[in-house]
Amino acid sequence: MSWLTAWAGYLPQMMSGLGVSLMIAAVSIVAGYPLGLVLSLMVRAKNLAARTLGLALVEVGRGAPALVILYLFYYGLPKFGIAFESITAACLALIWNAAAYSSEIIRAGIQSVPRGQLEASNALGLSQRDTFFRITMPQGMRSAIPGLMGVAIQMFQGTSLAYGIAVPELMKTAYNIGSQDFNYLQIFTLAGLCYAVISMPATWITVFFEKRMARHA
Amino acid sequence: MNAFTAVLEGLPLTVGLTLAAFAIGISGAVPLALGLSSPVVPLQLACRLFVDLVRGVPIIVWLFLLKFGIQIGTFKFNPVGAAIVGLGVVSVAYLAEIYRGGLQAVPRGQLEAAHALGLPRGSTFFRVVVPQAFRIVSPSIATYLVGLLKDSSIASTIIVAEMVFQSQSFARQHPTVEGILPYVIVGVVYIALSLPVAYLSRWLDARMRKVVHV
Repeated sequence: MSWLTAWAGYLPQMMSGLGVSLMIAAVSIVAGYPLGLVLSLMVRAKNLAARTLGLALVEVGRGAPALVILYLFYYGLPKFGIAFESITAACLALIWNAAAYSSEIIRAGIQSVPRGQLEASNALGLSQRDTFFRITMPQGMRSAIPGLMGVAIQMFQGTSLAYGIAVPELMKTAYNIGSQDFNYLQIFTLAGLCYAVISMPATWITVFFEKRMARHA
Repeated sequence: MNAFTAVLEGLPLTVGLTLAAFAIGISGAVPLALGLSSPVVPLQLACRLFVDLVRGVPIIVWLFLLKFGIQIGTFKFNPVGAAIVGLGVVSVAYLAEIYRGGLQAVPRGQLEAAHALGLPRGSTFFRVVVPQAFRIVSPSIATYLVGLLKDSSIASTIIVAEMVFQSQSFARQHPTVEGILPYVIVGVVYIALSLPVAYLSRWLDARMRKVVHV
């Protein structure tokens, strides 16, 4: 019981930490998805410069650990005189991360649209633009939905890395509480539960969508 | 000392952590994957809950729980121990899910054929299902290994002196423009390390498709 009463005492602080985590996750997703779409188009572009830049942004965004990108923004760039607040740095780093991952998922989704669809719209005399925006994109995005939901969960969990740059999110809040009275086991268990309470149902919903998509495929 | 050698000093620990956790994951996931595919409902649900719970909590929380939260008598985890166990347990959960997907992807006809040929259940599982499942999941396992390599960077937050930790201490000692170098270099090293594994994954994927579908 003592755990529950202790948790009840921690809860208000933890909730404000969770709020910060959710906010960072929301920003990184809301900005990351459209940027991911742009990156996926750049990677397929005919223009060599656009393609190279797109590929570089995607490969670094996915290939380097999120923590490294975070540190690069927060500790690295200020040495060039470009300084961000910790929370801005966290958002920027996770936006890049989210954009890189979602671009690959969107690209795969677009690629999964059957060729026949393109041929059909060609035969019907649709312009290239209409073909892309009204035939390819809607179908491609549909099959990208479960993957994009996975990115959202990954980003929510990734916000915990912002602990490393002292953003007052859930993990940092937990650590601060823990270092006051050294009840690390209690507080980190509570932190884990806070993350799990959101991630687990989100995963189940994603799996549900995956199954539904597979049935219609 | 320049930034590059500073970062490389952490390379053995990064690789060691990754491989140790991978070894725990790849073996520990076997019983768990069997549990996930078990017809015994309570067992299956318990395994499912474990997998979802482990995956639902960020790695950094697991590492802090082990490093700071666990104290049994006089025993406490040292940073490397906590990192290996933490990353290992997370790998067990992720790889079990991958294995389960592979077992499920083996066509039912294979089981029926093995049954019709009178193969005992043990042989059916180990000589018919497992080899095919392994072929199906091997690209995903390689992809997971790349993810694990990157996740090992989180160990720097509990003071494991791997590459990111080394980058940070170098950057702290060099407040000038040079201080950005370790972060760029460490990013490049991670990408360089993942390239061979990513290539292996693509090769396995191509091979898998060729053998199974032709």
